[in-house]
Amino acid sequence: MNLEVMIPLIIFLIVIFFIGFWASKPLKNTNTFLEEYFLGGRQLGGFILAMTMIATYGSASSFIGGPGVAYNQGLGWVLLSMAQVATGYFVLMVLGKKFAIVARKYNAVTLIDFLKERYQSKWVVLLSALSIIIFLFSAMAAQWVGGARLIESLTGLSYTAALFLFAASVMVYVIIGGFRAVALTDTVQGLVMFFGTLILLIATVIAGGGLSNIILDLSAENPNLITPFGHDGSLTPLYVSSFWILVGVGVVGLPQVTVRAMSYKDSKAMHKALIIGTIVVGFIMLGMHLIGVFARPILPGIDVGDKVMPMIAMEVLPAWLAGIVLAAPMAAIMSTVDSLLLIVSSAVVKDVYLNYIKPDATDNNIKNISLTVTTVLGVLVFLMALSPPDLLIWLNLFSFGGLEAAFIWPVVLGLYWKTGNKFGAVTSMVLGVGSYILFHTYYPNAFGMHTVVLPILISLIGFITVSLATNHSFNKPSDSKLQTDGKEGVF
Amino acid sequence: MKYEVDQRDPRFKISHREAWIGIILVTINFIWWFGFAYGMGSKSVESYSYVWGLPAWFFYSCVAGFAVMVILVILAVKFLFKEVPFEDEGGNS
Repeated sequence: MNLEVMIPLIIFLIVIFFIGFWASKPLKNTNTFLEEYFLGGRQLGGFILAMTMIATYGSASSFIGGPGVAYNQGLGWVLLSMAQVATGYFVLMVLGKKFAIVARKYNAVTLIDFLKERYQSKWVVLLSALSIIIFLFSAMAAQWVGGARLIESLTGLSYTAALFLFAASVMVYVIIGGFRAVALTDTVQGLVMFFGTLILLIATVIAGGGLSNIILDLSAENPNLITPFGHDGSLTPLYVSSFWILVGVGVVGLPQVTVRAMSYKDSKAMHKALIIGTIVVGFIMLGMHLIGVFARPILPGIDVGDKVMPMIAMEVLPAWLAGIVLAAPMAAIMSTVDSLLLIVSSAVVKDVYLNYIKPDATDNNIKNISLTVTTVLGVLVFLMALSPPDLLIWLNLFSFGGLEAAFIWPVVLGLYWKTGNKFGAVTSMVLGVGSYILFHTYYPNAFGMHTVVLPILISLIGFITVSLATNHSFNKPSDSKLQTDGKEGVF
Repeated sequence: MKYEVDQRDPRFKISHREAWIGIILVTINFIWWFGFAYGMGSKSVESYSYVWGLPAWFFYSCVAGFAVMVILVILAVKFLFKEVPFEDEGGNS
């Protein structure tokens, strides 16, 4: 592989490393270590908030997998990907200021802290921690594999060396810098993703001879490519629409996104993030998937979808610029894994260790444990990614939808429906994850919709029915709840 | 381990309203996206019209639809969203 492509990539890794290193400074003298390490002290401004949300959410699939499918399916897949514009504003608007305020009152540092105070239940905490650790750990390992393969294919290094390079550059700044380092590097990575998309989109359109020309070529090859129905007409409106649940509104239930909704400084930051977030996420999704489609007439006959994005970049750009643009998928993967590593670590340290193993740990103690756990997790993922076990690959298939099915209702209804209780929450989590795995195994894409839709409905019904059924036997109906929430007696 | 969350906190009223705005926006987004994509895109390919070289269904649903959502989000934030403090000085202490 040629040096001109490699140099910008390596410079990118070094820059990220130093930003992470630099961001870790404020950690040294602080007396609220947990809040600093796992939440950046709730001081994120609007721009960084928007970028870290997008970069965490946008992963290998937005930059590698997605464009590859779009290459094969045509404009119908770009249409599908546009459901993700909603993530730019929906999560922050729905969780909104109430989540930010309540999280502060509860002193919540993780999503599970919020659930713990809201439901006062050990089972809710343990189930949540378990789902986060299992699902996100496997998702993280899968992203590491993706990152290492990308480095491998771009540089010609061996897989192990590529994985090591990737792991080392992410782990160092996550371990020493915590959330603040993750958010700052996410911002740089988000910018790289944005401008990488912009440059590559323009270059691809020019290389294809302009928009009209590309569309003509596509429809000459197969008219279905420019319809909303996919290359063989199999993308039904119902199926495509059901992705609004998976990658649109359901994102409210992803812990790595939700935790960001408690990390911002003030209302102004949130307002700014809404606008920037919508623009950036919409542009990246539209641009990257269009690049996948437009690559088809320029480079016909690519049979491995994952290669479309790297190949088109090398084709339409000078080598040094391709190197910069190819830092974008690298950035997307890094910015996802760094957040996942931190959130799994927070589930172990904050939600399990401090809650149930050693609640009286001193601040210094907590600090050591946090750094140790993050390191151990990183090393574990590295070992897993060396030769991923089948179980891990299987678990990764559920990670996105499974977490949404587990958390969406306990979070959203926990925030807005005061009758919702711990019994409803536990039922909803068990039903959500359980039915997701069952449907995925025995009846995938049930009734022509993405598998995630029914489990989310089932967990909603479970949450409401069980909360209502157990409400009467314990407490007077909802209006007395207004006072009892305060427990120590208001006024 | 007990914290007070007074559901009558006036800030929550604002927040509830804003959550509803989010739901309304996503509904508009979906209808716009779905309507143009399948309303115009279901015709035969020969009868497609084009805007900027792109099939009209795609242009209106995905490109214009994205622009419309950005504008709606900006308008919602500028005119409907209110700034509230997050810390608790003014609360019911």
